[in-house]
Amino acid sequence: MPSAPAAALSPAVALATAGFRRWSTYRLAALAGVFTNTVFGVIKLSILLAVAESAGGTVAGYDAASLSTYTWVSQGLIAVVMIFSWTELADRVRTGDIAVDLARPIDLQLAWLAADLGRAAWSLLSRALVPLVFGAVVYGLYVPSDPTALALLPVSLLLAVVVSFGCRFVVNLTAFWLVEVRGVVLLYVLVSGVLGGHLVPVHFFPDWLQAVAYATPFPAMVQTPVDLVTGQAEGTEAAGLVAAQAAWAVGVLLLGRVVLGRATRKLVLQGG
Amino acid sequence: MAEPTVAAAYRQIVRSRVAAQASYRTSFAVEVVSQVFIVLVEFVEVYAVFHQVDDLGGFDFAEVSLIYGLSVLSFGIADLVVGHLDQLPFYVRTGTFDALLLRPLSPLGQLVTSDFSLRRLGRVGTGIAVLAVALVAVDVDWTPARVLLAVVTPLAGAVIFSAIFVATSTIGFWVVEGMEFTNAFTYGGNYLSSFPFTVFGTAIRRFFTFVLPIGFVAYLPTLALLGRPEPFGWPDWLSWSSLPVAAVAGWLSLLIWRTGLRRYVGTGS
Repeated sequence: MPSAPAAALSPAVALATAGFRRWSTYRLAALAGVFTNTVFGVIKLSILLAVAESAGGTVAGYDAASLSTYTWVSQGLIAVVMIFSWTELADRVRTGDIAVDLARPIDLQLAWLAADLGRAAWSLLSRALVPLVFGAVVYGLYVPSDPTALALLPVSLLLAVVVSFGCRFVVNLTAFWLVEVRGVVLLYVLVSGVLGGHLVPVHFFPDWLQAVAYATPFPAMVQTPVDLVTGQAEGTEAAGLVAAQAAWAVGVLLLGRVVLGRATRKLVLQGG
Repeated sequence: MAEPTVAAAYRQIVRSRVAAQASYRTSFAVEVVSQVFIVLVEFVEVYAVFHQVDDLGGFDFAEVSLIYGLSVLSFGIADLVVGHLDQLPFYVRTGTFDALLLRPLSPLGQLVTSDFSLRRLGRVGTGIAVLAVALVAVDVDWTPARVLLAVVTPLAGAVIFSAIFVATSTIGFWVVEGMEFTNAFTYGGNYLSSFPFTVFGTAIRRFFTFVLPIGFVAYLPTLALLGRPEPFGWPDWLSWSSLPVAAVAGWLSLLIWRTGLRRYVGTGS
């Protein structure tokens, strides 16, 4: 007989597998996505290289090679951490299907997180590798060598997905209060992308804007894993960044539980 | 009497769409305001770049802002009018598109008028504001020709982006999945158009000028406004050619759309 935690976890594993398989059926969509991410990568890197050239070779601690790594890793991570809009949960709230989810014998947040991790694993294989290989062949990459940073990379990627999921979960739950979540989701996608360091590295920002960015969980979704592979953070600094990521992951997941609690109480009050 | 009837039908459709979108006043206001905010957030990229350097590909902050403003406004107008065309596979899959074919109006005209998003007016308004500020900030030797160019350019740019939307959405007749492919040209074109082309490699500059005429949206007209020669030796008249290029692009895109429409056989469901 499996122990209690293992018994709770096995449906989560099954949901993660289902998430992986579900997304893997959209092969043509993945191909189209890879193409688009790569085209945007070429544009982004062209601009960044021009900035470095204008600055005399190095800008905010990045040289041409590390800007290339920054670009291709951040483009590859778009689909993995799902920077773009996701409204599946909000749609279920709007249609009322969420009631079915709540009646299931597995924790709602855990179930969606498991499915999202499965999706992220598929995206890592289908969406992240091609832009990275393209970047390596066409532009060349900075290859990280710090053992601490490299060892922490898988943990950091996992935490990036968890933080992203935690944020999207909360954003989607606003559907309990708002009739139309499209505007909120759009705003979230943009602000999280910019402050997360998706368009330009957070290190390019003036001090005040960096302070704003690091007061949000968004850099933990893109900039932190990218810092580990571009040599921006090594040794204890890398460990500190990943610890901060873990803190944000716990924080946004807890926030999600509080909001969900309020939302379901409201649901019951309304009588369904 | 056929002409006025068609015009009246479109007027009626447009009026009903406006009424529908404006009826939830709070929601509509929030969406318009968020569109304004979006343009400002996107501008952070340009702002952060010029926090690091004073010059990007031979252009200063005000000059890049001018390119950015022209691009935002052009794309904003195009997105307002035809931005929803990438939903074509959805209409095809659900059979809604087939219903449009049965009506005595052009299917493209019906698609365009049926779902345009007024909230994007927020984006257009912000584009005009950014452009106005940039035009004051840059050093332009104003002549009647340049005033005309400044007014015509956003409209020509809007036609160019609309042409790309129409042309790329045509593949929606055949594929239901994978429309994200078209984003590389529509949204990618928008991204590319908001920076000076001097930062891009030769192949990219040529492709996005002579195959997809994105360079005519903002970069080339900006050179004409500033009275600057093209740094890579393209002739000066090219910088003044956005309007005729837009006309050709618009005509070609309609040709592509009609070809797609003629071959359309439905999903069989």
